Amino acid sequence: MSKVSITINGRAVQVDSGTTILEAAKAAGIDIPTFCHDPELTKAGACRICVVEVAGARNLPASCTTPVAEGMVIETESQRVINSRKTVLKLIWANHPQDCLVCEKTGSCRLQDYSYRYDITGSTYKGERKEIEFDDTNPFFFRDLNKCILCGKCIRKCHEVNGAGAIDFTFRGFDTKVTTAFDVPIEESSCVFCGMCVDICPVGALTPKQGLRQGRSFEVDRVLTTCAYCGCGCTFYLKVSNDKIIGVSPNFEGSLDGHMCVKGRFGWDYIDNDNRLKTPMIKKDGEFVEATWDEALTLVANKFKEVGAQYGADALAGLSSARATNEENYLFQKLFRSLGTNNVDHCARL
Amino acid sequence: MSQKRILLCAGTGCISSGALKARDALIEELNKRNMANDFLIVGSGCHGFCEQGPIFIVYPEETFYCGVQPEDAAELVEEHLVNGRIVDRLLFKDPISGVRVRNHREIGFYAKQMRKVLGNCGVIDPENIDEYISAKGYEGLKKALLMEKTAIIEEVKSSGLRGRGGAGFSTGMKWDFTYKAKGEKKYIVCNADEGDPGAFMDRSVLEGDPHAVIEGMLIAAYAINADEGYVYVRAEYPLAISRLRIAIKQALEYGFLGENILGSGFSFDLKIKEGAGAFVCGEETALLASIEGERGMPRPRPPFPANSGLWGKPTCLNNVETLANVPLILREGAQAYAAIGTERSKGTKVFALTGKINNTGLAEVPMGMTMREIIFDIGGGVKDNREFKAVQIGGPSGGCLPAEQLDLPVDYDSLAVAGAIMGSGGLVVMDEKTCMVDLARFFLTFTQNESCGKCIPCREGTKRMLEILERITEGKGEEDDLDTLQDLAIAIKDSSLCGLGQTAPNPVLSTLRYFMDEYKEHILEGKCRAGSCTNLITYYVFADNCIGCGVCKKVCPVDAISGERKVLHEIDTALCIKCGACIEKCKFDAIKTR
Repeated sequence: MSKVSITINGRAVQVDSGTTILEAAKAAGIDIPTFCHDPELTKAGACRICVVEVAGARNLPASCTTPVAEGMVIETESQRVINSRKTVLKLIWANHPQDCLVCEKTGSCRLQDYSYRYDITGSTYKGERKEIEFDDTNPFFFRDLNKCILCGKCIRKCHEVNGAGAIDFTFRGFDTKVTTAFDVPIEESSCVFCGMCVDICPVGALTPKQGLRQGRSFEVDRVLTTCAYCGCGCTFYLKVSNDKIIGVSPNFEGSLDGHMCVKGRFGWDYIDNDNRLKTPMIKKDGEFVEATWDEALTLVANKFKEVGAQYGADALAGLSSARATNEENYLFQKLFRSLGTNNVDHCARL
Repeated sequence: MSQKRILLCAGTGCISSGALKARDALIEELNKRNMANDFLIVGSGCHGFCEQGPIFIVYPEETFYCGVQPEDAAELVEEHLVNGRIVDRLLFKDPISGVRVRNHREIGFYAKQMRKVLGNCGVIDPENIDEYISAKGYEGLKKALLMEKTAIIEEVKSSGLRGRGGAGFSTGMKWDFTYKAKGEKKYIVCNADEGDPGAFMDRSVLEGDPHAVIEGMLIAAYAINADEGYVYVRAEYPLAISRLRIAIKQALEYGFLGENILGSGFSFDLKIKEGAGAFVCGEETALLASIEGERGMPRPRPPFPANSGLWGKPTCLNNVETLANVPLILREGAQAYAAIGTERSKGTKVFALTGKINNTGLAEVPMGMTMREIIFDIGGGVKDNREFKAVQIGGPSGGCLPAEQLDLPVDYDSLAVAGAIMGSGGLVVMDEKTCMVDLARFFLTFTQNESCGKCIPCREGTKRMLEILERITEGKGEEDDLDTLQDLAIAIKDSSLCGLGQTAPNPVLSTLRYFMDEYKEHILEGKCRAGSCTNLITYYVFADNCIGCGVCKKVCPVDAISGERKVLHEIDTALCIKCGACIEKCKFDAIKTR
């Protein structure tokens, strides 16, 4: 790929042509704030916090969408840029609840981070604020659209990565908001609750219900693990506080770019559930009683032999699980073929 | 025996003032007298002089009748069509000299115009392709089909034609970019999403001369190697859409559209896409998103549509009026075209004259004509002999120019220097009764409602600007509001995503620049000199003029006016809701505001 020479904040650098100013700055170790940018999604250029000054340009272009050009001279923190970013932050604050003290997002909120960076203590603009009803109608996450800054990442993730297309912008101007089609409750929409929108929300508009008030982002340990639900092998972090799992967060560096489904994202609460089986159970006199693995496996092996002898091997069938790995499923079919039958199937095929 | 031709304006303006009813009455009257076969009654496109509608022209003498109502039909037939006597009272009356004018060419409104793009409007039947062809229609296309593509683009470049939709970008350059863009499949799109308040030139061109737009698109498509095109037209223009449909059908039948056009091997398919009335869809990337079935929200540029437009294919977008200029350039040559206008703004421009102006309507003038000539010579000056105060040019993205700027030549560059833009050509004239702060508030209400909501500066910023302006007009403004307005305006212009946000602060910036006194008066003195900000005015009876007729008392909805008959009346300001009903009804100019 051909290279172009540009100057960022007085430093001459060479970058691949076609890269954006944001990417070029990142490569040069210069951090530019972003709300709406996600390398995986279509470039939106919506939030305008990432604007930079390019010599000769009339306006301040968004660095996330503007490709570099030969000889470009870029300032990422000029006074004009800072003024513009401050205005954007103040405009957000003029229409955003000021409840950081109790907000679940505190500590991992970009609005907080950039307000700290640019010394914004609130808004000087008085006026109307949006008042949208707090939505806790689904079992998995809260939607507080009053905190939404309309960066649109949730929408793009839903359309471009998940494919559910459950949400989009509706209305115009100040009344713009993110809703389901016809604004039905999210449970009645085509949402599949993958939770990826929750993971990329830069502010506290989307927060998981699990783990509520059990620890801020900076108070929890993150343990990298692999999801046990299916053979995809998604990796993610378990958020652990006081030896308890309180949530799951994506591993964007993993082989699946942080993608998850409802099971891995929200379906982990069986771990500490009282109803969880911890030993095999054998029914004796109509009641299930706890047993050892040796007892259970001996019982199953004997039953296989009995049935095979009496009715022939094809009276047996094995149905395995998508939660098992490929290797385990391979061994499972091997076992059944050794018993003399080809009756093997898998729940994922049903 | 040959038929005499009677032309009636069948543009939206004249239809609303009753042109079709008057036509029906005329036909009925002719039927009664068994004369229907002697006359050919043709509905034409807009004549531009909407103020005077419904307009009828009787040929061959070209008698120009205005304000023709159904009840005038009998007299018109009896006097003019039977006896050959002109019906004087239906002729245009010059508002200054009081003289009745027979031929429209002698009317000031038309005399200074140069009708090139509107040349066919009001002359031919837009629903009849033969009339377009007989007016040299499709000759530009025939010529183009024999030319090298690069030569066509060069011709348009050297004509100096710039986009008539607002930004004024060189049309030839745009074509060149799309021509040079890599890709097998290319599109041409006509932007007919005319949305500026008070602007209706694109509607009139589509209604009055749809084939000119189609021909322009064909030439563009051929030059840039596009085989498919869309006209994106707002659904609120039903007449334009219906005439365009008819025109497309006829062009297909005549072989100007479809496969192997005129045996050249060039094929072109043209579709209409109706827009749902979002102002932002006039922005090219939002328009393309809308055609694709997405929500009309702008996309970042680059990539520009010329490289990645409709469904990611190279796409050339041109405005209606721009495209309607193209056949003219091909037919008459770039040199003849470039002879009109100024150094950097070539050709003519159509303006929609509205507001407090005598001759509301459409006027086409050579670029570089002064604002004064357009408003006073063509527009007939300010209504009710009031004093000219300002003119808003370029709609909500444009600026407001004061009387000192009346001698400004109207071209792209002079307007930009003065703080306005050419825009699509809307001219809204204001007199001393218009409050400049309220005007800025009006335009900000519009842009805030129409902001797509995508980017923060436009969505949130215009809202805060609007709230400040609302406070000022309500008499609750504070001194530092002016600095805040200015700072917000600059930040929004600097950092918004699309043209809507980048230009939305213009009406505020230009009124701050030229009418700062009025802002200060509102804030510091609680005064609105135009008398239009209701919170800042009180109604009173002007004793010298009041004769005690009692009309105001009767019309007041809150019984705030008292007084015996033939005795000076009084307004109880505590009760008065300042609705203005009394002012409107008083024949003696006895109710005033302060």
